[in-house]
Amino acid sequence: MPVILTKNRIEQLFEEKKENILSVYFTAGFPKLEDTAKIVKYLENSGADIIEVGIPFSDPVADGPTIQESNKTALDNGISLKLIFEQLSDIRKEVKIPLILMGYINPVLQYGVEAFCKKCVEIGVDGFILPDLPLQEYLDEYKTIFERYGLLNIFLITPQTSDARIRRIDNNSRGFIYMVSLAGTTGAKGDISEDQVNYFKRVKKMNLNNPALIGFGISNKLTFNRACAHASGAIIGSAFINVLKNSKNLEKDISGFIKSVKGIQ
Amino acid sequence: MKIAVDERGYYGNFGGAYIPEMLYPNVEELRQNYLSILNDEGFRKDFDHLLKTYVGRPTPLYFAKRLSERYQAKIYLKREDLCHTGAHKVNNTIGQILLAKRLNKKNIIAETGAGQHGVATATVCALMGMECIVYMGEIDMERQKPNVERMRILGTEVRPATSGSKTLKDATNEAMRHWINNPVDTHYIIGSVVGPHPYPDMVARFQSVISEEIKWQLKETEGLESPDYVIACVGGGSNAAGAFYHYYENDDVKLIAVEAAGLGNETGKSAATTTLGKPGVLHGSRTLLMQTKDGQVVEPYSISAGLDYPGIGPVQAHLFESGRAKFYSATDEEAMKAGILLSRLEGIIPAIETAHALAALEKMTFSKDDVVVLNLSGRGDKDLETYIKWGRY
Repeated sequence: MPVILTKNRIEQLFEEKKENILSVYFTAGFPKLEDTAKIVKYLENSGADIIEVGIPFSDPVADGPTIQESNKTALDNGISLKLIFEQLSDIRKEVKIPLILMGYINPVLQYGVEAFCKKCVEIGVDGFILPDLPLQEYLDEYKTIFERYGLLNIFLITPQTSDARIRRIDNNSRGFIYMVSLAGTTGAKGDISEDQVNYFKRVKKMNLNNPALIGFGISNKLTFNRACAHASGAIIGSAFINVLKNSKNLEKDISGFIKSVKGIQ
Repeated sequence: MKIAVDERGYYGNFGGAYIPEMLYPNVEELRQNYLSILNDEGFRKDFDHLLKTYVGRPTPLYFAKRLSERYQAKIYLKREDLCHTGAHKVNNTIGQILLAKRLNKKNIIAETGAGQHGVATATVCALMGMECIVYMGEIDMERQKPNVERMRILGTEVRPATSGSKTLKDATNEAMRHWINNPVDTHYIIGSVVGPHPYPDMVARFQSVISEEIKWQLKETEGLESPDYVIACVGGGSNAAGAFYHYYENDDVKLIAVEAAGLGNETGKSAATTTLGKPGVLHGSRTLLMQTKDGQVVEPYSISAGLDYPGIGPVQAHLFESGRAKFYSATDEEAMKAGILLSRLEGIIPAIETAHALAALEKMTFSKDDVVVLNLSGRGDKDLETYIKWGRY
């Protein structure tokens, strides 16, 4: 029988911390194959609140150029879901913050949904973000399995998502809602526009059951702070991938970047 | 056997709408409206009118006498190669552009591999005065230069897909990304019976005109609506879906699908998805998919750029799994020979995609009275360079 945590780390975090939560995405096996566990540790040490470990896929349709390229590099490096699990097998000896696996559904299907969940519990993964697993398919075929293992599935909403659907997603969510900041794929787009702020306000007014984190286009202190004004926190992905890509010293550069985003000297 | 999409968008175990939330409103808008639009009398009238006066339908059902003598059966060719733009693809683009207009869309995007669907899309966009962007793999643009220029002449912007393997699957990724970034006012014309529900069903309905015509044409010549065999090649599967459509529920009609085996299924250089693929999710549906054991999509190979796709439509996957259709595969070599043979026997140079369907005749045994309809999905003009390179004629 799988070990079921009494309280999921993600839910616990949101109970304890209500604002300025920083979630950071990176691609497993990037920039070097063996960097996965190191980056997780450095992120926790630097003050990240949640870590999203990306499972690389050959065809990441929801991602912009930066994350596409990191997926390709990681796959060329030889990463696989099996290897990610090996790399993270001892991670809970050192890392306490919530860990989320993020990726497309096909590698999970080939691994086997049940086996995947089992392994996640063993390692201490808390939940998933699977952008191409829509709500209906989740409810029909995955929900029961994920819940049996105490794993949370995080859903996305976008500026085009209707209020009714946001409600439906909220009612079927635990942990938090991933609020995609704009109509687009991942990657920095500059500042946050008036339209985006109106959308953040519209969602805030809905008083959802779940807290929300804002992602897509969050790249620095300015955009992080602006997002945090409208939600419990924000998610950085592509901008962090660029830091990793250009880094000669991962520990120092990760710490420098996270501190600059959080405004810590 | 009943072969129809269910309420959730599945054919048996295959189908669905595995799309990121960003695409949900677009796909949902289509799902809610496509049947009422397709069944609308005004729409049908416009569609039929354009098929008749612009595409040149009905296409002939031609009795291929010398080919019949060769294979000792009564072989008919459904001449989709005589459609405007040279292949069946335009049946779908006409349908979708009319649908896009009714949904008040202003811009059209499409993906293309060999360029046939791209040209068919560029054509209907010119016809309707709509802005059009076609994504095409950088490598395919190099391989299919004349079609790139055809699209440009028609006023379409051709954008290279430079990610991944730079072929059809990546062009499809780029088109989906474009749609994510432009969710309002843009309609994505998918070129085959692939993608999230309702695309596979919608495209099949537009292509079903092929078997609709076969039925009455065969009645005229043979006195019966149903042949013993219907044969079609399968890349994504749209021409097969169209040729099979009205025969799904008539189990007396044997449905034969032919995939591309490239250099041979054992060589790893193949595109025969039902032989080499496993269930998986790509481009919005659960289907059979060529992939590694880690679930990474494998780049297929075929001499025919139109069959060079790592998946097949969910309906084709279901036809395979249920046994309703029998699947063959033909190698580059077998297809090229079959293409040359048809040229010599009937004076028709087929598209290399279609030549794969013809190659199946060599692998099958018929009784003399068997009535066989082979869907001649496209003409070979676009493939002249490949024929020339092949050289053995």
